[in-house]
Amino acid sequence: MSRLITDNNFTDPDAFYAALANLYRDRSETENEVVNARLILLLANQVGDQRILQEALSIAGQATTQDTQHHVS
Amino acid sequence: MVSTYTNPEYPYRKSPDQSAASPVHHPVIIIGGGPAGLAAAMDLALHGVASVVLDDNNTVSVGSRAICIAKRTLEICDRYGCAEPMINKGVTWNLGRVYFHEDQIYEFNLLPESHHKVPAFINLQQYYFEEYMVERCMEMPLIDLRWLHKVAAVDSSTEQATVVVDTEDGPYTMTCDYLLVADGANSPIRDSLGLESKGQVFEDRFLIADIVMKADFPAERRFWFDAPFHPGQSTLLHKQADNVWRIDFQLGWDADPEEEKKIEKIRPRIEAMLGKETEWDLEWASVYTFRCRKMDSFIHQRVLFMGDAAHQVSPFGARGANGALQGVENLCWKLAAVLKGHAAPSLLTTYDTERQHGASENILHSTRATDFMTPKNRTTRILRDTVLDLAREFPFARSLVNSGRLSTPCTYEDSQLNTADSDVFSTAMRPGSACIDAPVTTAEGPAWLLNKLGDRFVLLVYGDGDTEQQQALATAVRELHTSGIRADVLRVTRNTSPAAEPGEIGDPDGILAQRYDMQPGTVYLIRPDQHVAARWRKMDAELVIKAVHKALGASMTQEQPA
Ligand SMILES: Cc1cc2nc3c(=O)[nH]c(=O)nc-3n(C[C@H](O)[C@H](O)[C@H](O)COP(=O)(O)OP(=O)(O)OC[C@H]3O[C@@H](n4cnc5c(N)ncnc54)[C@H](O)[C@@H]3O)c2cc1C
Repeated sequence: MSRLITDNNFTDPDAFYAALANLYRDRSETENEVVNARLILLLANQVGDQRILQEALSIAGQATTQDTQHHVS
Repeated sequence: MVSTYTNPEYPYRKSPDQSAASPVHHPVIIIGGGPAGLAAAMDLALHGVASVVLDDNNTVSVGSRAICIAKRTLEICDRYGCAEPMINKGVTWNLGRVYFHEDQIYEFNLLPESHHKVPAFINLQQYYFEEYMVERCMEMPLIDLRWLHKVAAVDSSTEQATVVVDTEDGPYTMTCDYLLVADGANSPIRDSLGLESKGQVFEDRFLIADIVMKADFPAERRFWFDAPFHPGQSTLLHKQADNVWRIDFQLGWDADPEEEKKIEKIRPRIEAMLGKETEWDLEWASVYTFRCRKMDSFIHQRVLFMGDAAHQVSPFGARGANGALQGVENLCWKLAAVLKGHAAPSLLTTYDTERQHGASENILHSTRATDFMTPKNRTTRILRDTVLDLAREFPFARSLVNSGRLSTPCTYEDSQLNTADSDVFSTAMRPGSACIDAPVTTAEGPAWLLNKLGDRFVLLVYGDGDTEQQQALATAVRELHTSGIRADVLRVTRNTSPAAEPGEIGDPDGILAQRYDMQPGTVYLIRPDQHVAARWRKMDAELVIKAVHKALGASMTQEQPA
């Protein structure tokens, strides 16, 4: 039975991060929220397997906003 | 001021060139006695090419500059004969710790792969690095090092270059076949020729403080994102020789560089970081804005640009001086081949193509690291902080954390000098790669593969081969020698007995065979800069000769209309 991969599975992690940051660069926050939603849906479909998606959803849901909003002004 | 280091003072000397009736001509003149210029002089000397090095100062680097010296740089310096004092003086570190807010989120161990002569990285102040290079230069009779000779003007034609030099005895003029310019990032020479280095300035400022600490901290690299003692910004702590520690505080674009340099501003920052009870003294502090840029072409007629003058990077990933030396080793064997008439001048254009590729790679990595540290907007900051948060628990997120990707040698993937593989090899190495080291045995005892390569073409052959192969190699080598090109056969045997012949190396543990995916009969053609040019499972004399000529730029001259 397959499980969510949490070890590195990127072929080029730096390139991915840079491309994503680049996508965000000249967009407003609202536009970026839409970009994020689109990206999640595309990738979720690629994953497909509901059990794996459920695992990812559960980790994602553990977020505490206080960490990330700490220094955002 | 620096208490742990006294800059050597090299005296001004008058050269006979200054009293010559007409401008003296040299094959090569090098402007700048920094890492790039000094390395070039040594590399050329190993090829038997004399050079004059002009430096406007009388000492090595002053203050906080490069500290991370990468493995490939040490290997290049080992070929020059100056790596040993660097390795002895430098600090070897393996453990890196990454912090986010209050906590360590993970640590990584750079524990180097064993069976390499030099360590994966050392930390050594740039002044030591340069001092050891200067000492080696002074031992080489082909190098004419002139301190306090400041180049005031240069002129270039398609035939030669001219330099006007200012000294305390007045100005003098010289000409040369090739002028190597390594006068640093601001390169007044580049500007005076109407040339430009283009790229981006990062809108950020960094306080770089070198302190001496008595406390016995472990030799680790520590990197903080958004530390409680320095909120919103990144901080780096790194150990150098003599118990000097480098601290980088990211300050943001709005910081006032003059204010931030004051000890009243620095003291509370460092106390907040190290605690009030830790004793330390400030050695040096400066505030930097970093940029990444390069020239569109590193070649202008008879003028060749090297080091920071040609390409500049932000220090995250330590690619400035390290990149400079990879460029120098790429250029010098080609220049020597051209000067000796073994290759057409068009070979030099591959210095530009191969090193443009290297410079772009270095700029890409430095830019990405800088972008990771300085998110451009709120969404990106949330992304960055989420990566850091997930990195506590999940290895995949750690692969995205970027506090600088440490310099590794560039592979000249699509170089015109490579002969593409026609056989199958299962190793990360390929034509264009820098050779990987391996322990070997020789008639004189244990040795290292890289010490047997370089400065000329080497045909690295595995096993005794059949007589047909031996003859083919002998024919190829003989024929190349008649054109003046030196190519040596280096035979790898599994023989462990000390009675190896000269020109033979043993591979008792099979490490070389494994790293190069060697099978009996496999041959690697290795360039004078220790990069792979071609390789075969089965070869003949003609293939080898063709590949050597290709590595010397033969295919390029043929492509040009007559
Ligand atoms: C804070 C900081 C940290 C860094 N950290 C690292 C690191 O960890 N690793 C790394 O690899 N790199 C690092 N770098 C980059 C590194 O310092 C440079 O890449 C390196 O010094 C470039 O060498 P160079 O020989 O091209 O130029 P330079 O070192 O600038 O040397 C130029 C030389 O030319 C001379 N000169 C200038 N004009 C003339 C003239 N008209 N006539 C005669 N001589 C002249 C100068 O006196 C000088 O000696 C760092 C840089 C900074 C600022």
